[in-house]
Amino acid sequence: MTSFRVNGRDHDLDLDPDMPLLWVLRDELRLTGTKFGCGIAQCGACTVMVDGMPRRSCVTPIGQIEGSEVTTIEGMDGSEVKAVQAAWTAIDVPQCGWCQSGQILSATALLQQVPSPSDDDIDNAMAGNICRCATYVRIRQAIHDAARTLEG
Amino acid sequence: MGILTTRRGFLAGGTGLVLALTLPVGRGRAQMTVTGPFAPNAFVRIGTDDLVTVTIKHIEMGQGPYTGLATLVAEELDADWAQMRAEAAPADDTLYANLAFGAQGTGGSTAIANSFMQMRKAGAAARAMLVAAAAQEWDVPASEITVKAGVIAHSGSGRSSGFGALANAAATQPVPEDPPVKAQADFALIGTDRPKLDTVSKSNGTAQFTMDVYRDGMLTVLVAHPPKFGATLAGVDDSAALAVKGVRMVRPIPSGVAVYATNTYAALKGRDALVLDWDDSAAETRGTEDMFAAFAEAAAQGGQTVEEEGDLAPLDAAATVLSAEYRFPYLAHAPMEPLDAVIETRGGKAEMWFGSQFPSFDRLAVAEALGIAPPDVSINVLLAGGSFGRRAQGSAHLAVEAAEVAKAAGRDGTFKLVWTREDDLRGGYYRPMTVHRLRAGLDADGKIVGWENVVANQSILAGTPMEGMLQGGPDNTSFEGSTGLPYRFAARRIGWAAMESPVSVLWWRSVGHTHTAYAVETFLDEVLEAAGQDPVQGRLDLLAAESTRERAVIEEAARMAGWQGRRRDGKGYGIAYAKSFGSYVAQVAEVEDRSGIPHVTRVWCAIDCGIAVNPNVIRAQMEGGIGYGLGTALHSRITLAPGGGIEQSNFHDYRMLRINEMPAVEVSIIASDQDPTGVGEPGVPPIAPAMANAWRALTGQKQYQLPFLGGAMA
Repeated sequence: MTSFRVNGRDHDLDLDPDMPLLWVLRDELRLTGTKFGCGIAQCGACTVMVDGMPRRSCVTPIGQIEGSEVTTIEGMDGSEVKAVQAAWTAIDVPQCGWCQSGQILSATALLQQVPSPSDDDIDNAMAGNICRCATYVRIRQAIHDAARTLEG
Repeated sequence: MGILTTRRGFLAGGTGLVLALTLPVGRGRAQMTVTGPFAPNAFVRIGTDDLVTVTIKHIEMGQGPYTGLATLVAEELDADWAQMRAEAAPADDTLYANLAFGAQGTGGSTAIANSFMQMRKAGAAARAMLVAAAAQEWDVPASEITVKAGVIAHSGSGRSSGFGALANAAATQPVPEDPPVKAQADFALIGTDRPKLDTVSKSNGTAQFTMDVYRDGMLTVLVAHPPKFGATLAGVDDSAALAVKGVRMVRPIPSGVAVYATNTYAALKGRDALVLDWDDSAAETRGTEDMFAAFAEAAAQGGQTVEEEGDLAPLDAAATVLSAEYRFPYLAHAPMEPLDAVIETRGGKAEMWFGSQFPSFDRLAVAEALGIAPPDVSINVLLAGGSFGRRAQGSAHLAVEAAEVAKAAGRDGTFKLVWTREDDLRGGYYRPMTVHRLRAGLDADGKIVGWENVVANQSILAGTPMEGMLQGGPDNTSFEGSTGLPYRFAARRIGWAAMESPVSVLWWRSVGHTHTAYAVETFLDEVLEAAGQDPVQGRLDLLAAESTRERAVIEEAARMAGWQGRRRDGKGYGIAYAKSFGSYVAQVAEVEDRSGIPHVTRVWCAIDCGIAVNPNVIRAQMEGGIGYGLGTALHSRITLAPGGGIEQSNFHDYRMLRINEMPAVEVSIIASDQDPTGVGEPGVPPIAPAMANAWRALTGQKQYQLPFLGGAMA
């Protein structure tokens, strides 16, 4: 039995502790906003927050997060993610959309750590998230826009 | 999808106005011939709640048809943008054919081009019926009624109404046969930035893709495919796989061995536990180097002539003769959502949910695989997490694999077929690997007296269900962009050598232009330099007087970049031009040398795509196309090891562009009154040659083989 919280709800799951968090979220808990892209922590589409830090759920066995607090795109709350999502929609960042949950979680984590990131900060923080549609120009701009919103 | 339509045109009753139209085929739909009869189409539904829902016949995979087609309807309907909604059309060739194909499908950057008049007429007809209903209810002349931003009004009587309150009355009005549409000068929405209708759901995790479909009793299925193209199954030991908790069954199917499990993790573990034996006797066992050698040899032989003009003899005797051989690898499309499909069989019928890009082919092929009639196969077209050509399958191989999975189960049920990234990268349907051989001759005055370009690659269409489109001729998709150049050379010859391999190939975002633009525009740059010409002025000087649209984009890109020649301030500048899918695009790239690696810092892009329906989407497609083409040129290649078998497996060795490699992009859209042309693909072709030209300007290095870098993590 593995126990952890997801989006504020407790779960006791009788599953293989080696099962990646990604597939538990999707197949067992039906939280489908977290996406499968590569399975080897190369693309970032599966990014979730584990105890407040971004983590690749595709390579995170649930046995490793016993007692942790997991937050997915569905459960994200707070000024940073709201500013990010508002900036995302204001300039139409998404194209196909598949990678965007992961992008938004990584961007939110960046703004929680670095309130006014430079282009280099953004490149460093976001380089682990692949967008095959290459929406990178708008991702960069949206993060700057969100930072300005948060500064008020 | 719940849209009922009748030939009469609409449904009366409490559902509001549902509009179906019979429209003539307009002029200039696309470059392709319309092959099918133009049947009734159902596109607009107006609810009593004021919402206007547009049924979108094209798959939304990020290129923007939900927004674009809804804009066309809203324009002629004079709707308010906030009341517009989009939903996917179901598979239905009669109602939802692509007018460029004569069958339902998305591709060739045709979504806006083929729908431009059709959707506007649909909106105009709905507007006319709403106005007629208002005139009747208010007992005023229709000619005195105005519609603006979703409000129907009559100033004389002071009456006004939203659409919803008149929807039922409008449904009883006759459908106008050929409603007038606006003049371009009267457009209120077309030509302005519209926020995209699918952005919010794609920013909060609620957008539903194929992999997000879960149904009661559903099994997740992974298929073990042959490790070499053309290999067949010789034996399978599934005992260990069946011992994995959650694995329910293992079945051989024509494309491999299917593992059925109660969840994805079990299916993955089960597939890993299979012991498989393959028969390689018909497999591709050549490695990439052997294949390149064979392709180069064929190119050297000259191929069959596919375009010829003037006398090429002076080329051999020219004062200066330049030649080059280019090598382009196979490329996987690698959409972020790997291939997937859900199929449910129920008493001799099948229902599917997936990102079907060619519903016409998919439906027929699934019906055939299951031995049922096509009307017994229904397809719900879902959002696709990218495609770039990958989901546009004449072979319908993904839908057929899902059908074979359902059939092999031996019972009715629901099955979600999932491909992993490894399956995707090793699964074929690649951009064809290609060799170009180019020669050009300059006379003593620097005039280009002859140009020869021979292309060697596999045909995309030959041997597929779409082979009939070739009508026995050469496959234009193999060399398009080498032919049809606007540059006036004294003589030219384009040749094509058709190569064969069991490795499957497919169109890949911008198809032939993915390699022809690179070969042509980098070689031309070298030739111009040998002739002592500037890259921009030299190209302009080669254009005929009537090539005004080509000239305009080249001049605009150069103007935006503040063009001052090939180098300045330690940076290199390169320009490239390509026309594809009806659109004219020129790009200038600014490149820095970062420890021997080209880094593109800025790109200026000018596009003429006719009337710009939504500049926001056009800019997005140029930005994305530039990133897509740039990452490919820098990093991407699919190679076969000696003996066959793909060497790459995931994003660590089949690299994508990352944000730190993305240049700033500035886009200029040329004002036009011409019918719209494509934007999904045309942003891709010029960027790789623009970068290569800038890199050569900066370093002198010529890059005749792509990708620039090794392909693995730098």
